Order: sequence, then structure tokens, then C-alpha cells
Amino acid sequence: MTGTLAAVGAGLAVIGAGIGLGQIGGKAVEAIARQPEASGDIRGAMILMAAFMEGAALIAILLSIFMT
Amino acid sequence: MLRQFFILSCLFLSTVAFAQQHKHDHGHKHDGHEHNQHDGHDHSGHNHDGHSGHDHSGHDHSGHAHSDSGDGHDGHGHEEHKNNFVTDCGTPAQPHHHHGYDPTGTAIHHISDANVYTIMDMVRIPLPAIIYNKTRGLEFFSTGKFGAGHHDNGHYGYKDYVLYQGNIHRITCADFQGSDHYDVQGFDTAMIKAKEGKDIEKRYAIVNGKGYLLEQKTIWDAGLLGGGPSNFIDLSPTKNVVSMILVSLLLFLGFRSAAKAYTTRAGEAPSGIQAYLEPMFQYIRDDVAIPFLGDKHEKFLPLLMTIFFFILGLNLWGQVPFLGSVNVTGSLTVTAIMAIIVFIVTTINGNADYWKHILWPPDTPLFVKIILIPVEIMGMFIKPLTLMLRLAGNISAGHIAILSFVGLIFIFGKAGASLGGSLTGTALAIPLTLFMMAIELIVAFVQAFVFTILTASYLGAATEEHHDHH
Repeated sequence: MTGTLAAVGAGLAVIGAGIGLGQIGGKAVEAIARQPEASGDIRGAMILMAAFMEGAALIAILLSIFMT
Repeated sequence: MLRQFFILSCLFLSTVAFAQQHKHDHGHKHDGHEHNQHDGHDHSGHNHDGHSGHDHSGHDHSGHAHSDSGDGHDGHGHEEHKNNFVTDCGTPAQPHHHHGYDPTGTAIHHISDANVYTIMDMVRIPLPAIIYNKTRGLEFFSTGKFGAGHHDNGHYGYKDYVLYQGNIHRITCADFQGSDHYDVQGFDTAMIKAKEGKDIEKRYAIVNGKGYLLEQKTIWDAGLLGGGPSNFIDLSPTKNVVSMILVSLLLFLGFRSAAKAYTTRAGEAPSGIQAYLEPMFQYIRDDVAIPFLGDKHEKFLPLLMTIFFFILGLNLWGQVPFLGSVNVTGSLTVTAIMAIIVFIVTTINGNADYWKHILWPPDTPLFVKIILIPVEIMGMFIKPLTLMLRLAGNISAGHIAILSFVGLIFIFGKAGASLGGSLTGTALAIPLTLFMMAIELIVAFVQAFVFTILTASYLGAATEEHHDHH
């Protein structure tokens, strides 16, 4: 039962990442709806931000895998 | 779409048939090796009683001498493994058939690199092995010598090398005398509790009825994956290396014909492979390189394009079903090298402004500087680290998800024991795997794009000319 706490840690990291992704995606869609002509730039920024956030979440998940 | 669905369904049903065969396989996997050949190396001094009967059905391990195992492992509160060898070398042992299905082990095995290129557990392409060890120096041979079978376990050994789960292992025992060709009856593992509380898997090859401790190749992974220096270094072109060479070759041929088309068909609408590559190339140039790098984009365009198409090509190559499902971009070593290249290029091209922002951030009070400088220096290394982890994590996660869904067939089918369960598992696995494969197709593009756009943004930050500070 050593892996249990690590799994909880991975789950917590995913919750945080999910909230972050929701914020990024929601705000980006709002921005595109307000200014459809800027949709290209907004999409690029959205993916970039999502990638940064995903990096943080992945570090947390990998730490929880290795630091069991 | 419907046709693809039909084809995939047929393939999955063949998986069920395979699962049934899998069951039978366990029954007589080592039939061909029941006769001990004792060729050249006589272990008459050892106790042969334990395996005289070769009773494969009962798995009776009563012949093992467990006399002093009590103080060996019980002291750690560890449940004694059925096959805990008292000593690691030359203990009598029988091939142990692990019944049931191990989803985690299977997934890890399938996403790992290997010394043979296996297609659908049927076609095994032997690869050259280049091994360096301290006692004998460099050694070259073909992994075809191992006669890999089910689970990519070798049926034969070469010198003191054996093939376990597709990877070359070395028998470390001093009293072991190998030859150029000897039978390996099977493999076994035992979980040993290490003092840090981590379980370490010990692997054994069973030769002539005796278990011999195996050592894996040297992996410098800071002990995270249980690696470290061992007694040999594997320099072989593995499955991943072969895939990288193949994909690079395909990319080279594709881009050469596209490049040629611009001179032979100048002014005409793009066609053929050119029509596929041009939109992607333009997208990366116009939406990634130019916004982040501005005037300097031409200098870094070759790097960005190479990164993008190399990652994309390998991502897609790994997703072709039943073609080995190589996990190259999901391998940390490959992404680590790419991240190191990005780190070196960024650091070399960093201008005075970039270093000033890291080492002495302008227009910030001193107490903020004290916090900011270590954070910025850490950031220099965290950036490539996240590049490495993100790509490997995403691609590996996709492979593991697909493998887990395919594994449903084996879980419901009780590793081939129940046909109804296998069919239920198949009915579940087909839509789930189709869905996952569609997602992975998007992920293949997105991750290649993300790696490229982040590289461009790091390079852009390092080469930015002027800042207005207010």
C-alpha cells in the first residue's frame, strides 16, 4: 500500500491542472467571442499557457511517481 | 470511418484469438527446453534434486532450500516471495509460469525500449548489439542469437548475456560459465524491499535448473528508475534508435522531394507530399517563428523545423497500430537530449540583456532581487526540464492509456481463460481505444507544436534586443 499516498498526490495535481485548464480555455473562448479577428493570436497564447501549466502538473505527477 | 471501425474490430477480435492462444502458451511455453543439455558446463557440484521431475503443472517449489531466508527478508516485514532465492547465484530453480495478467508490467514492457523490434508479438527483427563491459571490452553480436519468444524473452543465451523482456541482461555470477549458445529455461523475479522503502525487482535467469542473478545495463537516471552504474553498458541501436533513423530518413526523403518541387514546379500549385508539408511549414514559420523571433527567425528556423517535424514524425510513427508501437518521443532519454540541445542553443545565443535579467534584474528593489535571482537561475534549468517531461509524459500517457484499454480484453477474459469475458472486454476496448487513438492523433500534433513554440519563446526571450523599463 505504498503507492496510495502518491496516487492522492497525483490526483491533487490533476485537480489543480484541471482548474487551470478550465480557466485558460474559458477565458480564451470568451476573448475569441469578443474579438473573433484576434482568434489566431489568442489560440497561440492559450496553447502556450496551457503548456506551461501542464508542465507544472507533470512535474507534480512525476514527483509523486518517483518519490513513493 | 465505418470501414476503419470494421477493420479495427477485426483486429481486436484477432486479439481475442491471441488471448486464447496466450493461455495455451503458458501451458507449454518451455516444452522445447525440458531436456537439459549440460553442454560444456557441468554443475554437478550443485543440488539437482529440485528440478529432477520437471513438473510444470504443480509449481511445486518445495525443493528450494529456504533454510536461512528468515533473517534475510522477513526482518523487513516483507511478505516472503515464493521464489526468494537464498543466494543469488546457482540456486536450484524451476521456470515459474506467472499465471494471470499483469496490466502494469505489460504496459511498462510495451512502452520501454528494446533490443529487438517486435511487431505484434509475431515478427521479431533482431538488431545488432554493441556492448561494452569492463572485463572483455567492446562486443558485437546480433540479438537474433537470443531466439526471443513470447514477451521478448530469449530462449538462448550468448556468453553471459540473456534477453529478458526485450532487453539484454548480464549474468553477474562469477561461477557462471556461458557458451556461445545455451538454453535459458526461463526467467523469474523477486521483489526485495530496499532500505529506503522502495521495492527493487531482482531478476533471475534460469539456466540448467539454477537461478542466476541478472544485472541490467547502466542507466544514469540518478536512481529514480532504479538505475545506476552496472557491469556493462549497452550501446546497441535499439528499437527506439532504429525508429529514429527510419523517421529521419523518411523526413529527409519527403523534404527533399518537396524542395525539388519548388524548382521543377515553380509557380505551380503544390502537389503530392509538398502539399502536405507546405501548410505545416508555413504555419510554424508565420505563427511560431516570426511572432517570437521577429527579424532573427531565419537563423533559428532550421532548428525549429527540425524539432517540429522530428517530434511529429516520431509521434505518428509510434501511433501506427501494430507496427511495433515504438515510444520514442515518450522516452525520457530522447526528450532529454532534445531539451539539452534547446538549453545549449538558448544559453549560447543569450545576449547581454538576457543575462542581466537573470543575474541582476533591473528596476527591482534589492530584497526582490535576492528572491528573484535564484528563481531566475532555477528557471534556466526548469525550462528545458519541463520541455523534457511534458513531451515524454504526454506521449507515454497516451501509449499507456491505449495499452490499458487493450488490456481490458485480458482482464475481463481472465488472461484468456474465459471467452465470454474476452468478448466483453473487446466490446469495451474497441470504442475506448478508437477514442483514445483519435485523441492521441491530436496530441501528436499539439505536443510537437508546443515543444516548438516553447523553444521559440525561450529563444525569443534570450535574443530580445531592447527592453523598456518603467
